[in-house]
Amino acid sequence: MLCQECGKRPASLHFSKIVNGEKSEYHLCETCARDKGELIPGTSGGFSIHNLLSGLLNFETVEQGKRASNPENLRCEVCGMTYSQFSKMGRFGCSSCYKYFNDRLDPLFKRVHGSTVHTGKVPVRVGGEILTKRKIQDLKRHLQDSINHEEFETAAQLRDEIRELERQISE
Amino acid sequence: MSALRFTEQPLSHWMKTTGAESDIVISSRVRIARNLLKHPFPLLATNQHLAEVQEELKEVLTDSRLKTFGELLPIELSQLDELNKKMLVEKHLISPNLANESRNGAVFISDDESLSIMVNEEDHLRIQCLYPGFQIKEAWEKATAVDDIFEDHVNYAFDDRRGYLTSCPTNVGTGLRASVMMHLPALVLTQQINRILSAVSQIGLTVRGIYGEGSEAMGNLFQISNQITLGQSEAEIIDNLRSVVLQIIGHEKAARERLINESRLRVTDRVMRSFGILSYAAMIDSKESAQRLSDVRLGVDLGLIEGITPQCLNELMVLTQPGFLYKSYDGKMEPGEMDTFRAKLIREKLGNSLK
Repeated sequence: MLCQECGKRPASLHFSKIVNGEKSEYHLCETCARDKGELIPGTSGGFSIHNLLSGLLNFETVEQGKRASNPENLRCEVCGMTYSQFSKMGRFGCSSCYKYFNDRLDPLFKRVHGSTVHTGKVPVRVGGEILTKRKIQDLKRHLQDSINHEEFETAAQLRDEIRELERQISE
Repeated sequence: MSALRFTEQPLSHWMKTTGAESDIVISSRVRIARNLLKHPFPLLATNQHLAEVQEELKEVLTDSRLKTFGELLPIELSQLDELNKKMLVEKHLISPNLANESRNGAVFISDDESLSIMVNEEDHLRIQCLYPGFQIKEAWEKATAVDDIFEDHVNYAFDDRRGYLTSCPTNVGTGLRASVMMHLPALVLTQQINRILSAVSQIGLTVRGIYGEGSEAMGNLFQISNQITLGQSEAEIIDNLRSVVLQIIGHEKAARERLINESRLRVTDRVMRSFGILSYAAMIDSKESAQRLSDVRLGVDLGLIEGITPQCLNELMVLTQPGFLYKSYDGKMEPGEMDTFRAKLIREKLGNSLK
């Protein structure tokens, strides 16, 4: 088996990592393993969450590199950070990085958080529309419930409420 | 105005009071991370950007609603010497990262020290609330109220899919890190701790030593915190942590009960030996003192040692750290004398507390 990092030398180090219950396997040659010393259990030196993360991200790039044409060219137009810089540092450069790297973030967030979409607090001033959207989702669930229970009067009320909110958003 | 008043006293106001379950839960902490929309994150921002961020956030301090949280004193990190930075870290008022790596870093600390707002740490804004005992919900309520006031004045980087955008992908979403510091000597003594901690780490929580990332657990103190910040609401995160902590409290209590019922003599022996060593030792390193102080705390909780208050032990926890120790002896200490001075200080404090 060839090393998954360089793809040239034979892999001599095999290990698996379990993050949030998801198991991933790594097969590396000695040279690449040494370069990524922080990934090997039992080796000394700093081992921070950023090392670990950038480990995840680096492997991500290699795996995806086989499929996607040129992930190295991915670049945030606002702060100038490239995806490969991000994968080395494990940190975003600015809030727009989230937009420019968006296509690659779902697998990362899935691994780190087990989820990809925020469901918590929303800032009041900029979040008005988001709150309305969430409310519509809620009302739609209620609507479905009341239809299932054949409570058509409630359903009609809910339908009107949803229409009103949707009208507000489109304005 | 100076930051000195925060380093004069080892005990923050919050450490002098007690909260719920304070025999097992030492403190509850909530930290929320926020960034301002139009500036790059501190990692890439220019000094000019960071100065603007600091200016913008300082202006928020004039909002009169913040008065309900006590007077907030702004301190620029560049005005502090290394020793005072170290002492603020030892009191958990600032993070090691803000102390050592920030550019144009600042902190706003409330007079009772339960609220500290860090500027230009890894994120532009980090709001931290620290409460004694098991009051994680109260800490969250205060932090979110402070967050609302800041949000009124500045534009946060927020995305409707990803939530609050943070520099590190591990904080995105809620930006919330809730943690509870627990003293678990009986679970360690009865060798149940590893089983419990590995169970905890399987449900989206992490366990660390008392000084956060990368620090080892000293003195049987464990910091349990949420790892997941995306996909769960703040209420879910807090509730999840609360219910796990409650279970751990239950296990620790049961283990203490068993210890006192089944091995009273051995526990008494252990606790009293540690009490003896702390009362008479001429030299002691930080690791041993943490372990011995943990034994004494257990002895106090089990009613085996009388006349020592939990406050005295909390104070020693901070005072025996290098920065405070250095300060206590007015800088007259040689590097090799740390252990001697630590032993002297503990002897004096325990002696004072007994009188």
